[in-house]
Amino acid sequence: MISRRAFAAYLAGGAAVASALLLPGWWQISGPGAAPPLPRLPLPLGEMSFSMQDHTGAEVSPQGLVGKPSLVFFGYTFCPDVCPTTLSDISTWLSGLGADAARLNAVFITVDPGRDTLPAMAQYMQHFHPAISGWRGSLAETDKAVAGFRASYTLGEGAEGEGADYAVEHTSSVFLFKADGRLAALIDLHEDRAQAVAKIQRVLQR
Amino acid sequence: MKHIPFALALFAAFPAPLAADQQNIIAEQVWSRASMGENRPGVAYMELHNTGSGTRTLTGVETGRAAMAQIHQTSTSASGVSQMAPAGDIDILPGTRIALEPGGLHIMLMQLDRPLAEGEYYHLTLIFKNGDNVEIRVPVLAASARGPGQ
Ligand SMILES: [Cu+2]
Repeated sequence: MISRRAFAAYLAGGAAVASALLLPGWWQISGPGAAPPLPRLPLPLGEMSFSMQDHTGAEVSPQGLVGKPSLVFFGYTFCPDVCPTTLSDISTWLSGLGADAARLNAVFITVDPGRDTLPAMAQYMQHFHPAISGWRGSLAETDKAVAGFRASYTLGEGAEGEGADYAVEHTSSVFLFKADGRLAALIDLHEDRAQAVAKIQRVLQR
Repeated sequence: MKHIPFALALFAAFPAPLAADQQNIIAEQVWSRASMGENRPGVAYMELHNTGSGTRTLTGVETGRAAMAQIHQTSTSASGVSQMAPAGDIDILPGTRIALEPGGLHIMLMQLDRPLAEGEYYHLTLIFKNGDNVEIRVPVLAASARGPGQ
């Protein structure tokens, strides 16, 4: 049931890209049932549609990020490996930027709002760079966000139980957007620090 | 601190019960992140160096701190989606080392007895196929730690 929801978000994303690529032509070349074309780039932030709260309880939206370059990534606070690693990386990049960090938005969006309540997010975000904002929305808003970023997530087995102990499979790349809200680059999990900071600096210089 | 193999330090402290060939596996760069809140899992990382002449096969881990401890592999697909799965048996060939590090192999500690607190140490047993287990002492670093020295 839950993976069906994630799959629906995936299909919605695929359909949007397919129509952007002129559906009839693509359909004739690849035929019905072919995998959605890759890469599926996120929409510009200004064209996404979802609303969430940040870890301080403030209402936030993707439109609110436009005007400054933004780093955005998906995760969940029960994630032991990838998410704290990425948050530490982003914290290090922000520290490396010094005063320039204030010219950037940095956002962590949970794909596990069931366990990641606002108090849980507030507690979790304390451990990382204070400029990183932790966003949480309803399941429906989470799915809208995931679809807008052409990201995906799947809650693991056991997600429907009480106090469940489950993992979440999710897009782990960090999205880097330009100040106008369009995607500038993706920063992958294993990318080295110098390369990541160079990408961010390039966007800040524009 | 960074270059002191913790397993060696432990052997120095408790030399008696250990057979000679157990020292074939040396655990270095051992660290763990502080876990946050009540139910979140913990994670441990290290490098395992096989200094012996035979292949050693790591089959599992155990600790008194977690009801369930497993070796996991994080993998990331071409479309950038990451997931974790049990890693299965891991062969460490003679003279080689394997790294358990962020975004790759890791020891996942589920159902902790209490959160792993920054500054504390706990014991972990690495279980090898030939029955020679290796005890290591794991330091708990900050929740935001990125490596053994940070
Ligand atoms: Cu794991």
